[in-house]
Formats: sequence, structure tokens, C-alpha cells
Amino acid sequence: MSELNSALEHPKYNYKVVRQFAVMTVVWGIVGMLVGVWIAAQLAWPALNFDLPWLSFGRLRPLHTNAVIFAFGGSALFATSYYVVQRTCQVRLISDKLAAFTFWGWQLVIVAAAITLPLGWTSSKEYAELEWPIDILIAVVWVSYAIVFFGTIMKRKAEHIYVANWFYGGFIVTVAVLHILNSLAIPVSMTKSYSIYAGTVDAMVQWWYGHNAVGFFLTAGFLGMMYYFVPKQAERPVYSYRLSIVHFWALVAVYIWAGPHHLHYTALPNWAQSLGMVMSIILLAPSWGGMINGIMTLSGAWHKLRTDPILRFLVVSLSFYGMSTFEGPMMSIKTVNALSHYTDWTIGHVHSGALGWVAMISIGATYHLIPILFGRQRMYSIGLINAHFWMSTIGTVLYIASMWVNGIMQGLMWRAYNQDGTLTYTFVESVAASHPGYLVRLVGGFIFFAGMLVMAYNMYMTATRDTVEEEDEQANANTAPA
Amino acid sequence: MTSFWSLWIIILTTITLVAMTWILVGNKKPRERETSQTTGHEYDGIEELDNPLPFWWYLMFLVTIIWGVGYLIIYPGMGNYPGLLGWTQENQHERQVAAAEEQYREMRDRYLAMPIEEIAQDPQVLRMGQRMFGNNCAQCHGADAAGSYGFPNLTDDDWIYGGEPDTITATIEHGRQAAMPAWGSILGDEGVANVVAHVLTLNGRDADENAAEAGAQVFATYCAACHAADGTGIAAMGAPNLTNGIWLYGGTESNLAHSIRAGRNGVMPAFGEQLSEDKIHIIAAYVYSLSHGQGSN
Repeated sequence: MSELNSALEHPKYNYKVVRQFAVMTVVWGIVGMLVGVWIAAQLAWPALNFDLPWLSFGRLRPLHTNAVIFAFGGSALFATSYYVVQRTCQVRLISDKLAAFTFWGWQLVIVAAAITLPLGWTSSKEYAELEWPIDILIAVVWVSYAIVFFGTIMKRKAEHIYVANWFYGGFIVTVAVLHILNSLAIPVSMTKSYSIYAGTVDAMVQWWYGHNAVGFFLTAGFLGMMYYFVPKQAERPVYSYRLSIVHFWALVAVYIWAGPHHLHYTALPNWAQSLGMVMSIILLAPSWGGMINGIMTLSGAWHKLRTDPILRFLVVSLSFYGMSTFEGPMMSIKTVNALSHYTDWTIGHVHSGALGWVAMISIGATYHLIPILFGRQRMYSIGLINAHFWMSTIGTVLYIASMWVNGIMQGLMWRAYNQDGTLTYTFVESVAASHPGYLVRLVGGFIFFAGMLVMAYNMYMTATRDTVEEEDEQANANTAPA
Repeated sequence: MTSFWSLWIIILTTITLVAMTWILVGNKKPRERETSQTTGHEYDGIEELDNPLPFWWYLMFLVTIIWGVGYLIIYPGMGNYPGLLGWTQENQHERQVAAAEEQYREMRDRYLAMPIEEIAQDPQVLRMGQRMFGNNCAQCHGADAAGSYGFPNLTDDDWIYGGEPDTITATIEHGRQAAMPAWGSILGDEGVANVVAHVLTLNGRDADENAAEAGAQVFATYCAACHAADGTGIAAMGAPNLTNGIWLYGGTESNLAHSIRAGRNGVMPAFGEQLSEDKIHIIAAYVYSLSHGQGSN
């Protein structure tokens, strides 16, 4: 093993921590999506909770969201940001030890989540369910991450800071602020705490956090990924430097206002709801700025989509990004929200972003990274990447289409009333009517999950196969970036 | 909200909107075309073109900002400023409720004036009642009103609190709170077992004769006050009939022993706060019909 390790040691950059996070991206992707498939099956067949508390939907659902957002998405962000900041600043990470601490610390957080959430230890805040001791560990790891990232930028050799690093930087700073302020709580025991906020203020702080977990963790961070891997894989210059400036500042300035649209028609004061909605609509253009800049970067390189499935992952992820950032502002309009809120439409919207955008760009970037990190010319099988691409695309489409149908149907059924003023449908009738959609969603989610297994196999073969054989195969291939 | 916080919100919102406009307009230069000119920066092989903002995107951004300003003039948003329309979610709700009141008042007043026994024969009332039951009552009593463990069956003629129209209405409006005390510490294990034996014999089921005899003494002392001396229950006390084989919490020996040992505190919530008088009237008629030959199904 020591021989292998030294062979994988890059002379200039710290690739070890990048490789560790890249491998865990695939591992946690499989785990998180498996839990997702399982709870999707529970919604179709509730008996699958087997009357066991730790297998029940209420406990596994937060495990699914934490695993895919923070374990899978988080590992992808750590891996790519550490890689990109080194390559674009032309310096090694300022501290290998601190970087290693962020890796092991983050894995510890994930394992702690996987144990405590099924046990029912929860702060009950959506996407921030972990109890206070784990919250403190997250804060420590995150501050270490910020030190490594910004420290590396400070000693860069390049004169300017590349746009990908603005987005990664914005994501790191804002997530620290969001996590710490939303998680403030008074502990009553090691496993239980109470939020310091109460009532409507608690709800507002929670959704200020919740929406910006989407805005900064799942959007700004992954735009950072996009700004490196799309031009790199397409071998084309970024379309517009000025567009990247305008949409970066607009995105970070406006996103932070949008949270109240999660609380339309609630106890939240009217003025806050209106402001949240107005800023959500204004957010459309800043969001699309990233999509335009990514897709237009392919000008002159469109033909590469025919042969390069990695580029396909990246471009299709941008298309889903554009679609869900159009859908979001539309759903924030009060009149639309009155129909869509509390229905499966919201679940579909989240997954068009989570599967279509976040997962697919992470998968594309990881396929780009794996051969470099393991000192190979290319992935073991391009055909399997292509198969994975189609599984991901078909899975995502099945998932979101079934949730649109279910969501709009539920919204219409809940508000339908008869001439005598009574509601036409009982709630349980809308649940029964949703069953076919739940089955289609399960199939779509399973196909997406199966694609991750294909990826894991491809990664394993890339890492372990005979390198000599590879050189022969690649005699005519272009030299890989390294 | 104090005027300080109101002003704070107005200023922050204005700064954000002005800054967005400034950064957008400031980066737009007239008559620019697409270019192959780069900015001269290069990072790990990546260059950046010096292209202008796409015009349609620029326009879309500008239009949404202008729309946002317009919305904040017309609707609430800027702190305490109420907006030109004076719209609030509260007055929107009130308007819709008032419109519904207007539309349905006549029909509701007509049914409210009629006795429950009479409207329980009216198919239209039963359809309305069934839908309201489905949305308000079925969660506990089941869509078919047949109940389940801990939730009474409403389709038979066994009533814990009485099945007269007025009692049903009172049950829905004010709710019910059962208060079967826990006798375990008073009777001891043997006492509980004896009472169980007595209750079994009340139902014609096999039980140890000596135990049943001892249990009858205990029953007369502690249980008869609510469940009546013969065990047929007293509706005014909310004490169920123990002789007809209908059990809310199960009728096995261990079920019965548990009820006696630990007590029971079933709750029927009060719906008087959430359902209007006429709706309760219609639901009561539906429930009444279930055990009086006019079941909806």
C-alpha cells in the first residue's frame, strides 16, 4: 500500500484529501439514495416500516436528507473545492493536517447522524435535525474548512481569484453563519436541546436557514464546481467574465431574503411574506446567470457532447438547474403557493434541483476527478459512464414528472368543493389517488440509485486495474490533465 | 412593529434593490457585441471571455426589479407601510368566509331549524354530513365510522355517552373526557383478577367461580357507582355497558385487567371552536343515521 500511496502522491498539490472526499462522495451517494429509495417504498407501502421505530419514515426521512445533502453533496463540495482552489491558485493547501481533520471530522459528523437520527434524537429543525453536540462538531469542522480554503487563497500564486473560488468562498462563509445562528439552543441533556427562538421567530429563522441551505450549500457551492469543471471538460473559455461578476453578487445578495416564501399564509407577518416573494422573483435572473454562463461556455464545443458523457452530465445538470430555478420563483408567488404548498409538487421541485442539478454535476465532476486522483488516463469504462448518464436522466425525469402530477392533483383535490359548500374529497382520498405517482417515483429513484452502483463499480475498476494495460489502450488518446 | 424596525426594513430593502440595479446597469455598455477577446486572466488553463451581459437576460433582471418595486408599492412589504390596496392575508380570508356565508346561509339556516331525526332522512344532508365526517372525524373513527381500538364504533346502537340527537350534538360540540380511574394500587393484583372474573361472568363467559364471587363484592363497592349494579353502564357518567361484549379497549382477560389496573382516559376533542353550529348539526344527523337505518352506504 505504501508503494501505491507514494505513486498517488502529487508533487505539488494535496490530492490525498481530495481523493478521500471523492471516494466518500460515491459511498455516501449510494447510502443516502438507498435510504431515499427505501422511504419512497414506505410511502407506497407503509407496512415497510415493520412497526419498528428506527425504521419509521419520520426517522429515516431526516437521515435521507442529511445523507444526500451533507454527506454526498458535502463530500463532493469538499473534494472539488480543495482540488479547484489548489489548481487555480497554483499552491498546495496551507495545511495538510487541518485538511485531514476536516475529512475525518466530517465523516464523524455523518456517522453520528446515521446513529442518532434513527434513534429519534432530533432538534426537529428541518435539514438541521442533529442535536447540539454534533452541531458543535460541525461548527468546528466548518471553521477549519474555512481556514484551509481562505488560507490557501491568501497565499495563491495567481494574481486574481478565479470565479469558482468566489462561489466556494461565499458558500463556506454563509453556511457557517446559517448553521451557527439557526442551531443556537439551550441543552437540557446530551441528547436534547431547545431552540433559543420561539414561535414565529423560530419558524422564520429556521426557513432563513433552510432556504439558504438550498441557496448557498446546494447552489452557490455547486456553481463553484460548475465554473471549474464545465470550462475544463469542454476545454473552452468561460463565456462572460462580467456576467459572472453580476450574477455572483446578485445571487448572494438576493438569496438571503427569500426564506419567507416557505411560510406563506402562516402567522408570519404580511410584510415579511411579501418581501420574501418579491426577492424570490428577482432571484430568477441571478440564478439563470450561472446557467447561461455554463451553457454558453460550450459555444464551439457542442460536438463534444456526442462523445463525452462527462460533459453531458455537466450540461444536463445545468439544464435542470435552469428549470428548477425557474420553478422556484413561480412557486414562491402566493397564488401559486396556495396550490402547491404542502403537496408533492414541493418534493418534485426539490428533487429536480437535488437529482438533476446537485447530483448530476457532482457525478460529472467526480468522473473528471477520479482518473486524475488515481493517476490514470481515463475512467475504466466510458460506456458505463454513458449508461450512468441515461439512468440518472431517466430516473430524474420519472421522479419529478410523477411528483408534478401528484402535487397538482393533491392541490386541486384539497381545494375542490361541492355546490353545498362541503369539500369534495377527504384527505385520505387524495392519499389514495397519489399511490400510482408514488410507484413511479419509486421506480425513478431506484434507477437513479442503481446508476450510483454502476459508478462505484467503474470507480473501483479505475482505481485497481493494471496501469500498463491502460497505457496501451490509451496510446492514441489525448494526454489527460494532471 | 416600532417605527425603528419599520425604517430598518425599508432601508435594507431599498439598499438591496438599488445595489442590484447599480451592479446590473453599471456592467452594461451600449452597443456591445459578442467577442472572442478574453480578460487576460488564466487559471489552470481556463480563460474568461469579455462578453457583454446577454441583452434578454439584462432586460429580464431589470423588469423583475421594477416589478418588485411596483409590488411593494401596491402590497404590504416595506415595514409598516400597508400598500395601496390595503391587502392582508387576514382580510382576504375574511372576504372569502363572508362570501361563503352569504352563499350558504339560507340552506344552513333551513337545516338548522329542522330536528336531527328529520334531516337524518334527507339524502343531501347525509352526503354533506359524510364528507364533513370524512375530513373531521374519520381520522379516529374510521372512514366507515366503525371505530378501532380506543375509538368507539358509531354504527352500532351501543353508546357510551348516549345516542340521542342532543347527546351526539353535545359530544361533538364540547368533546368528552373519559375518567376510568386506575384501581391497581387499591385492589391489588388479586382484586383486579377477581373483578375481571366477575365482568367475564356478566358476559356469560367462563371464569373461576370463587374469584367471580369475590369480584362481585368488589364491583358493588367500587364499580357499580358508575357502571351500575348490573354492569349495564350509565351514559350520564360516560361509563360503558360491560355486559354486551362490546369493548373499546379489547375484551381479552389481559385487556380487561389492564383497563381496571391502569384506568382509561379516552378523549373526544371538542369541535365547537372549529365547526359552526350548523355543520355540527349536519354531522350529528349523519352520525345519528348510521345507527338508525339510514346509513349512507
